[in-house]
Amino acid sequence: MAHLDRLSGNEAVAVAMRQIDPDVMGAFPITPSTEIPQYFAQYVADGLVHTELVTVESEHSSMSVCMGAAAAGGRAISATSSAGLALMYELLYVAASSRLPIVLAVSTRALSGPININNDHSDAMGARDAGWIQIYAENNQEVYDNYVQAFPIAETPEVRLPVMICQDGFITSHAVENIELLEDEEVKGFVGEYNPEHYLLNSREPLAVGPYDVTHYYMEHKKQEAEAMKNAKAAILEQARRFEALTGRKYGFFEEYRMEDAEEAIVVIGSTAGTAKATVDMLRAEGRKVGLVKVRVFRPFPGEELARALKHCRAVAVMDKSEGFSACGGPLFAETRSALYDLESRPKLINIVYGLGGRDVSTKDIAAVYDRLHHLAQTGQVGEVYTHMGVREEV
Amino acid sequence: MKRAKDIHENSPWQDLTPGGEIYEPATSLLFNTGDWRTQTPVFLEDKCKQCLLCVPYCPDSAIPVKDGKRGEFDLMHCKGCGICITACPFDAIVWKEAE
Ligand code: SF4
Ligand code: SF4
Repeated sequence: MAHLDRLSGNEAVAVAMRQIDPDVMGAFPITPSTEIPQYFAQYVADGLVHTELVTVESEHSSMSVCMGAAAAGGRAISATSSAGLALMYELLYVAASSRLPIVLAVSTRALSGPININNDHSDAMGARDAGWIQIYAENNQEVYDNYVQAFPIAETPEVRLPVMICQDGFITSHAVENIELLEDEEVKGFVGEYNPEHYLLNSREPLAVGPYDVTHYYMEHKKQEAEAMKNAKAAILEQARRFEALTGRKYGFFEEYRMEDAEEAIVVIGSTAGTAKATVDMLRAEGRKVGLVKVRVFRPFPGEELARALKHCRAVAVMDKSEGFSACGGPLFAETRSALYDLESRPKLINIVYGLGGRDVSTKDIAAVYDRLHHLAQTGQVGEVYTHMGVREEV
Repeated sequence: MKRAKDIHENSPWQDLTPGGEIYEPATSLLFNTGDWRTQTPVFLEDKCKQCLLCVPYCPDSAIPVKDGKRGEFDLMHCKGCGICITACPFDAIVWKEAE
């Protein structure tokens, strides 16, 4: 039986970790994810888990610990943010290409510089092409639910890829909300035993992990990795189906909010979706045909599905909480616009970079985006495509 | 189980192991890395005193020893680094002239 508790997003992740009881945690603190290893260290000290907690001297080492543990045949976890994720960068690629099903909790935060500890998605988005599955949460309940589903997705034999479970730093990582927790036995039953086919501690089978790949093999291994990422789509939906059967809570690649007859829509990731839903409700009450798509799974990117969800819209604003410095839009915009290209007739698209370094977003800000979309849909005038929300400027 | 001997430069991607994992030991025996070599050492057996100093110096274990005596170079694995030439106190190893 599930029960209610009030937890911060970080604590919710730590509770899910306790319930899973993984074999090894590589632990290093960084704001705003520090509480995750902190809570978890308490569980270790209290004997509530059998996990080996390895406190290391950097995130480069915490991810290395995870890789060694996963290659040895264990379940391995870590948590990080911002510069910590950046320091793991080299290992992220090695973990994915070595096909190690590690789960990393990311409380997203701006990357320096200028130095800033508040939320945006520049850390996780910077790692988007590392070969990791990336699942984002709107609120504390979702980050808990996503975490419970992570290992079964990562360990699916056709997938064997590491997973990042992302939540918005401070906004959900530190805000306390009521959430519905599963019982420990339910989580253990859902996640199951981990029995990898090949692992270093198997004395009956000598194993080499991550050998040097000469030119004649490297591309074939990258092709395998790319196929594994495609396979992850089915695994994500399969675990969502099992999770819904257990909890009644429904998950997919993205959530469509009041999209049935929507003519103007916003595409967004993370906690801002909550603010945007409230705005949609306000505008719907005025008779406006507005809707919202909240992207949950960014890697693998659900391009075809997203195109189907948006194809009836007249105007769409894609909101990026990271600056990609491509000089033509953020990463979510680039993916979404690419996904829509194959449609016979497409909505007009604009990109709004917003909320960087913890800049607040209110329903008023979101309403202004819908107003801009409405004007665009009425006049067909797109104007400037790539814009920044709420930036002070001389006009 | 996929064996290293069955994987070669014409294998389709489906036949490779995930991440290039190798499920058996000593597969370097199957793989010719000697073709990375640009210079080749030559063993002059008549000058050799069988002191075996060259053997532990070779970074590629390319000097086989049998019954307490070194034999011909394992040119499938020798990289031609020349360390053995420097290590040999009796000038029993020289570069191959033609190269
Ligand atoms: S170091 Fe020279 S003399 Fe000694 S075993 Fe090697 S080749 Fe022979
Ligand atoms: S040249 Fe280098 S690799 Fe070749 S046998 Fe001598 S020491 Fe070993």
